[in-house]
Amino acid sequence: MSTVLDIRNVSKTYASGVSALQPINLAIEEGEIFALLGPNGAGKTTLISIICGIVTPTAGTVVAGGYDVQRDYRGARSLIGLVPQELATDAYETVWATVSYSRGLFGRAPDAGYIEKMLRALSLWDKRDARIRTLSGGMKRRVMIAKALSHEPRILFLDEPTAGVDVELRRDMWALVRELREQGVTIILTTHYIEEAEEMADRVGVINHGRLMLVEDKHTLMKKLGQKRLKLNLHQPLDSVPAALAAWRLTLEAEGHELHYLFDTRAEHSDVPALLRALDELGIAFKDLNTEQSSLEDIFVGLVSGERERVA
Amino acid sequence: MNTPRFNYHGVWAIYQFEIARTLRTLLQSIATPVITTSLYFVVFGSAIGSRMSNIDGVPYGAFIVPGLMMLAVLTESISNSSFAIYLPKFTGTIYELLSAPVSPFEVVLAYVGAATTKSVVLGLLILATASMFVPLQILHPWWMLSFLVLTALSFCLFGFVIGIWANGWEQLQFIPMLVVTPLTFLGGTFYSISMLPPMWQKLALFNPVVYLISGFRWSFNGRADVAIEISLAFIAGFFLLCLAMVWWIFRSGYRLKA
Ligand SMILES: Nc1ncnc2c1ncn2[C@@H]1O[C@H](COP(=O)(O)OP(=O)(O)O)[C@@H](O)[C@H]1O
Ligand SMILES: [Mg+2]
Repeated sequence: MSTVLDIRNVSKTYASGVSALQPINLAIEEGEIFALLGPNGAGKTTLISIICGIVTPTAGTVVAGGYDVQRDYRGARSLIGLVPQELATDAYETVWATVSYSRGLFGRAPDAGYIEKMLRALSLWDKRDARIRTLSGGMKRRVMIAKALSHEPRILFLDEPTAGVDVELRRDMWALVRELREQGVTIILTTHYIEEAEEMADRVGVINHGRLMLVEDKHTLMKKLGQKRLKLNLHQPLDSVPAALAAWRLTLEAEGHELHYLFDTRAEHSDVPALLRALDELGIAFKDLNTEQSSLEDIFVGLVSGERERVA
Repeated sequence: MNTPRFNYHGVWAIYQFEIARTLRTLLQSIATPVITTSLYFVVFGSAIGSRMSNIDGVPYGAFIVPGLMMLAVLTESISNSSFAIYLPKFTGTIYELLSAPVSPFEVVLAYVGAATTKSVVLGLLILATASMFVPLQILHPWWMLSFLVLTALSFCLFGFVIGIWANGWEQLQFIPMLVVTPLTFLGGTFYSISMLPPMWQKLALFNPVVYLISGFRWSFNGRADVAIEISLAFIAGFFLLCLAMVWWIFRSGYRLKA
């Protein structure tokens, strides 16, 4: 695989003084689905806008398909399709006209066959002669997707594609994303829904306060996700983890009142019973015990609040 | 992959889009100015004009034709062109233009080209309407057409600048309403500058529209308030000024990009 999008030291401070992006470095591989995960105001839209030419970076460069997005903007932008976060459409245009317009704008010769195929795939074919203002919000979003795909981009940006979208569109959208991936299109989507990143992406990048905090293969994340934590509330606090328990990955929390054990639920057999027996033999009594899933949410919250060690 | 040096399809797409928008609002964009101008003829050309003597040997009805054309072309050029670029800013669809592989030159060519087309057609429609009311002579038809196109082009560029500058509907209306319309009325649409008292004649020379109307009128009947060279130099200078403003806007990203 080769790098299709190379983001180097890109930072942005808006004229208002808001620092939206700290220097960001990120390489996107050709054909992958990359999810940029982060809360509102993290800088996701700013980063996408810089790549697409809507916002000027304060510093740094972006190279898309070998073209510098600022110096060789023609080459770069021809490869890129963008579905922005906000709905913005020409109310009085027909669906067909607006999609044909987009294709032309991006420098492609008309191709009625391709546009028909795409409108059908997006369930817009019956609405092709309808004025956009007569369409529902969901349909308008489909139109925006059709516009972004009208020039057959190699890189597609979906900025919060499923925010406020009905179940049917969400399902169609994922089907479309999978199909595009089959065709080799690179897809970068932003979301603040963890499940979405989990479900769709090959890789996930976590961004907060304009800082890219983690970029990881989804499977690696899933491995962390497959971990559970056993918490034991002890009767008597411990100063340290007894040497006899070295075989388990134990940590002491809450000033020695809690013993935490992190284990893999997908291991052949869990050794929790053995741990409990060992504790019994050592005479360490506990009042209560519970287990919790370490989800991507945990990982995310951990990162975002800067408490990496909690999930390490 | 080769990228072409000129995005022909992109320019054509914008141009067509803009022309289609005009056709959709045909009543507003073409019919309204034509009807308004016809009313001017009825009131000023026939009702009042019949009581007026000839100006520079030209019947009053025929005398006001170039001025009325300019009045309509100036105001419509500014409002069409400013609206065309303000609208996508207002609705948010400007994102697509900014993210498309079109150069600033291509954007301006397409938008201003479409607005200019509209204005020239409008000017010619008014001319045709006028010819139904008064007998017309056009001494220098090619000069007339050149003046018309250059004026439309310059003021469409000017409108484009206003459309980018404007941050609200009031600002969009402000310059056409408060600046251009008065200047046009006071610029010799309905009279010759030589008919004004001497002090006002001098003041009128500070009104840029005087040069436009004077030059345009010359192409019709060979009479001008100011030398034709000065009119030409003026309109060419204004054109270059607007071009420079547009160039600066795109270079600096002014009010287009954060
Ligand atoms: N045009 C702008 N001018 C000034 N500040 C902005 C602008 N756009 C975004 N911001 C600020 O930049 C930060 C990042 O915003 P954004 O990129 O939209 O985040 P996200 O898409 O992750 O929600 C926020 O603090 C936001 O208020
Ligand atoms: Mg956003």
